[in-house]
Amino acid sequence: MKGNKTMFQIRIHGRGGQGVVTAAEILSVAAFDEGRHAQAFPSFGSERTGAPVVSFCRIDDRLIRTHEPVMEPDAVIIQDVTLIHQVDLFSGLSRDGYVLINTSSSFSELNFGDFFDQFHPDRLMTCPATDIALEHLGRPLPNAALLGGFAALTGEVTMGAIDKAVREHFAGSVGERNAAAVKAAFDYVASKIKQVARASTN
Amino acid sequence: MLRQIEGSRAIAETVALCRPEVVCAYPISPQTHIIEAVGELVKAGTLTPCEFINVESEFAAMSVAIGASATGARAYTATSSQGLLFMMEAVYNAAGLGLPIVMTLANRAIGAPINIWNDHSDAMAVRDSGWIQLFAESNQEAADLHVQAFRLAEELSIPVMVCVDGFILTHAVEGVDLLEQSFVDAFLPPYEPRQVLDTNAPVSIGAMVGPEAFEEVRYLAHLRQLDALERIPEIAQEFFEASGRDSGGLVRPYRTDDAEVIVVAMGSVLGTLKDAVDLRRDLGERVGVLGVTSFRPFPSEAIRDALKHARQVVVIEKAFSIGAGGVLSSDIAIAMHREETLLRTVVAGLGGRAITRRSLEKVLDDASDNELAPLTFLDLDHDAVDRERARMQATRRSGPSAENLLRDRGTVSQKADA
Repeated sequence: MKGNKTMFQIRIHGRGGQGVVTAAEILSVAAFDEGRHAQAFPSFGSERTGAPVVSFCRIDDRLIRTHEPVMEPDAVIIQDVTLIHQVDLFSGLSRDGYVLINTSSSFSELNFGDFFDQFHPDRLMTCPATDIALEHLGRPLPNAALLGGFAALTGEVTMGAIDKAVREHFAGSVGERNAAAVKAAFDYVASKIKQVARASTN
Repeated sequence: MLRQIEGSRAIAETVALCRPEVVCAYPISPQTHIIEAVGELVKAGTLTPCEFINVESEFAAMSVAIGASATGARAYTATSSQGLLFMMEAVYNAAGLGLPIVMTLANRAIGAPINIWNDHSDAMAVRDSGWIQLFAESNQEAADLHVQAFRLAEELSIPVMVCVDGFILTHAVEGVDLLEQSFVDAFLPPYEPRQVLDTNAPVSIGAMVGPEAFEEVRYLAHLRQLDALERIPEIAQEFFEASGRDSGGLVRPYRTDDAEVIVVAMGSVLGTLKDAVDLRRDLGERVGVLGVTSFRPFPSEAIRDALKHARQVVVIEKAFSIGAGGVLSSDIAIAMHREETLLRTVVAGLGGRAITRRSLEKVLDDASDNELAPLTFLDLDHDAVDRERARMQATRRSGPSAENLLRDRGTVSQKADA
C-alpha cells in the first residue's frame, strides 16, 4: 500500500484441495510469532476441489486495519502451474515483486514471453514443491513446502518461524514431515538464488 | 493472551468465557465456524455446564433460546442471512418478551439471487425487531463486544445481536487479544433474571395483550433501548478501564474534529476507510470517519454532535431499501436535522463485492469536488445494467435477469441458441 512501506502483501493461487487457505494462515502465524502484525484470509469463493482458489496474507510492523483483498501484491505464490494462462495470476504485481511457482521446470521454460523482462531475475523462482511433498509427505500437498521457498526468496519471514508454525498447525509426524519439506524447499530456493547471483556477476 | 486466530474462533472462545448455559444453533455460512468451535468447546468440557442443542432449523434455534432464557439460563445462538429470516418471528418474540439472548449475526446478503457473501441486508431486515444491534469493526472488537453484549442484555432484559461481517471478519486470521476467564467472570456477573418460569412461583410470559396495553408495552421496550444508550458507553468505558481496550460504545469518531467531509459507515469497511482517510490527511485534506457501533439503539445525539461541523456527510452502506435508498442514511438525516449539511449515500459492497481503498478514495475525491450524487452505487457496472434493460425492452420473454447478467459477465457461457 502506498504511504506504508512496511506492509508486505502476498497472494497465493492454487486449486481447491491444495491447502491454499491453510498456507496463508500458516504464513500469518509465522509472521505473528516473529512479533509482527499479520492478516490472512481466503477469497471467499465457493471452494470446490480442483477449482481455482486464492488466499491473501498481509505482514506489517503496524496494526493492519484494511480488509480489502490484496490488489497490489509484493509476492505471488503459485501452487498449481496449470493455472498459468488460465487465471490472471500477476495482476497488480509491481516490477519489484516476487514470484514463486510450484513446478519442476525453470522459470524461463514457462513461456511468459517478455512479461517479466523488467523484473529482478533473482526474485522470480520455481520450486518443485509437489515433488518435495511427495518425497517427504507421500502426498502431493505443496503448500507448506512453498512457504519454505517463500522464506528463502523474500526473507520476509525466517525459516525458523515457518518451521515452528508448520509444526503447530500439523500435529505429530505430519508436522515433522511437513517441516522436512519446508527445509528442503528453503534450501532449494536459496541455492537457486545463489546461482542467479553468480550468473549475473559473471 | 494475544493469538493469531480466525475471527470465528476468537468469537467462539470469548462466548465460552461468558459461560452460556444453553447454546442452540443451525449451521449456515458464514456463521458455521463459530458454532462448530463452540460445539467443540462444549464437547471437550472446556465450556461446562452447557447444553449444546443441535436443532432442526433456525426457527427452532431461536425458539429454544427463548425457552432456555425464560427458565433463567444464559442462552446464545448465531446465524446469518436466510437463517435470520427463517427465525424472524421468534426474533421479534425474543425482544418482545424481554429475554436477554445474545446472538452473533455473521452478516451476509439475502437472496434471491442466492449469495453467500457479505453485506448488511440481514441485519437491516430486523432493525425494528427490538434487539440491540452492535457492529464490530475488527475481530478484536467482535470478540470484546460479546462480553459487553451479555452484560448489557442481562442488565436491561433486551436481546443483543453482535453483527460481524461474514467472511471478511469471520474467516480472517488476525491477532486477537483474548480475555482471561477471571476477567470475564469479574466483568459479567451471573444472570439474575427479571422474569423466570419457576414452578414454585408460577407466572405467564407471553400473555395476549390487547389495545388496552399494547402501546404501553411497546413504549416500555423503547424506554429500555433509550436506557441502553446510557449503558452502552458506560459499559464500554468500564471495559476499557479493566482491559485497556477501546471496544464498543455508541460511535467511533476518527480524525473528525476539523473535518469538512465525514464518511459514516459500520463494520469492517471502517479499517479500509481509515487507511484512505490517512492518505488524504497527508495531502492536507480535512476528512474524517465516523463509525457507528450501536445501530440499535440509534445514538442520534452522539451522531449529531460528531457531525455538527461537517460540510458534507457521506454514508457508506452495505444495504439499501429498494425503491427508497439508504437505511442508515435515513436515520442519520433525522439525527442531524441540518439542512446546511450535504448528505450523500453510497451503497457499496453488496453481495460481497470488495470495497477497495481505491474506490473509497474516488468517493472522497467526488465528495470534495461536490460531485457525489445523492444516491450512488459504488463500482456499479452501468453498461451491464443498460444492456439488460435493452434486452427487456427488446423482447417480452427476456428471461431471468440474474442469469442474463451472469452470461453478460461471461461467468456462465452463452446458450447454444442465443
